[in-house]
Amino acid sequence: MISAPRTATDRTKLPYCHESFHNLQELRHSASLANKVFIQRDYTDGTVCKFQTKFPSELDSRIERTLFEDTVKTLNNYYAEAEKIGGQSYLEGCLACLTVYLIFLCIETRYEKVLKKISRYIQEQNEKVYAPRGLLITDPIERGMRVIEISVYEDRGSSGSSSGSSTTSSSGR
Amino acid sequence: MSAVMITRKVTRKWEKLPGKNTFCCDGRVMMARQKGVFYLTLFLIIGTCSLFFAFECPYLAVHLSPAIPVFAVLLFVFVMAMLLRTSFSDPGVLPRALPEEANFIEMEIEAANGNVMAGQRPPPRIKNVQINNQIVKLKYCYTCKIFRPPRASHCSICDNCVDRFDHHCPWVGNCVGKRNYRYFYLFTLSLSLLTIYIFAFDIVHVVLRSVDSGFVNTIKETPGTVLEVLVCFFTLWSVVGLTGFHTYLISLNQTTNEDIKGSWSGKNRVQNPYSHKNFIKNCCEVLCGPTYPSVLDRRGLMLEDSSSPTPSDASAASTYKNGNPVSQTTKSSAPLIPNEHTPDEAKPGIGAGTQKSTSSPKEEKPPSPISPNAVAPAVIKESAH
Repeated sequence: MISAPRTATDRTKLPYCHESFHNLQELRHSASLANKVFIQRDYTDGTVCKFQTKFPSELDSRIERTLFEDTVKTLNNYYAEAEKIGGQSYLEGCLACLTVYLIFLCIETRYEKVLKKISRYIQEQNEKVYAPRGLLITDPIERGMRVIEISVYEDRGSSGSSSGSSTTSSSGR
Repeated sequence: MSAVMITRKVTRKWEKLPGKNTFCCDGRVMMARQKGVFYLTLFLIIGTCSLFFAFECPYLAVHLSPAIPVFAVLLFVFVMAMLLRTSFSDPGVLPRALPEEANFIEMEIEAANGNVMAGQRPPPRIKNVQINNQIVKLKYCYTCKIFRPPRASHCSICDNCVDRFDHHCPWVGNCVGKRNYRYFYLFTLSLSLLTIYIFAFDIVHVVLRSVDSGFVNTIKETPGTVLEVLVCFFTLWSVVGLTGFHTYLISLNQTTNEDIKGSWSGKNRVQNPYSHKNFIKNCCEVLCGPTYPSVLDRRGLMLEDSSSPTPSDASAASTYKNGNPVSQTTKSSAPLIPNEHTPDEAKPGIGAGTQKSTSSPKEEKPPSPISPNAVAPAVIKESAH
């Protein structure tokens, strides 16, 4: 569990963290949107949902390459799990067909379950990894599963802002 | 919780979606704008089946077996369910790019193209990707401002890019794409079975009754039979042909759009990179693949303005059933989608991946050698059901 630094001086010691955000609320209140970076889809394996792991240059100074790649690779794995064609998907398909697809009124499809997992994962990554660095990931489903949108925030006003020093809650949950 | 209760009209996202779709039931139902032919389809199916249940079933249940009407009812229910599912669901519409994404793509394109001399036409916006060792070109959609994913196409009738676009079917009043293709196929398959079933038992009924009371008397007693036989006869050729055509497409993992454009045919062309080269695998992928979620957030709440972000939005947005837990913590996801709604009438189906709606039944013109009967030019005026 990454615990957020509690004083302004501690915050400045964070690597890649010249903006002193340490939770999402602070990000919204004291930051302004500077830029958005879009991670495109990787179609080399066909039409399955997969995102490019190429590290965008705009994030060079904001986050470590390995953290970013880990996030994208985990997301890709989740999507691969959702779209896997195998025993379970056949079973689901056949059962649904026999019940004239009414069964989906009662149970969730496997894809929907994985999407919920993805959403929780992105929320967790935002809180632990990205918000402390002034970044925010948008769930790809809100962009039509076309891109992973990463919003880059800049601190409004002076650096080492004292506005955040009163709220010292840790960002991890 | 915020204390101020601002009474403002709740707007759901479907009200502001661009494109030429109509929405019903507060965003739960999504169809194309022209629904006339869909109502005809409904009328023909329900009408013919009603006649069958009224005239033939009582006689056949008594003289042959009560299982006959029971099976007919099951088939009918299945056909209607598949039809409604095809017509009412999101075919796999890709939402348009928000302004920032569109700008980002524009900058990428400009960077890739370099300087274009004044007076020269800029090069066409195409991206090449390698899929399974084949080069596939992705085209840029000027309406949606995105590079279309492979197999996606823009339907000019609905004015949307649709993923794995097959065709726009006026008979079901919707596009057929990734999300509803299997329902469409099951609809045509079950409708073929229903048509054959009704046709066969009509003949059996007429024969049995004629043996008892003569042919003319039979027709007098059950006039509905004549109508049913007529409708079924003409429907049979088109629907069975269509089912055969789509079975062929599924076995090759192709879409109607690709087949018509000849994307994978011909010697110099790329081979289909999506096919598993195995009939069973292709069928399984298309028919038993995962049920893709809709990426069009139709029932989510529109965040009206940024004055007072009430937490009620977060709880309300999480109640809709698309399985899309909107993360309300991201400030950047709020902006309205630019409404490119135009009041123009739909262009008559000419354009990438659309079908002429006045052409052969079920909008099909299969150039492939499946069944010449499927074209059935004589039945253009006729019901086709």
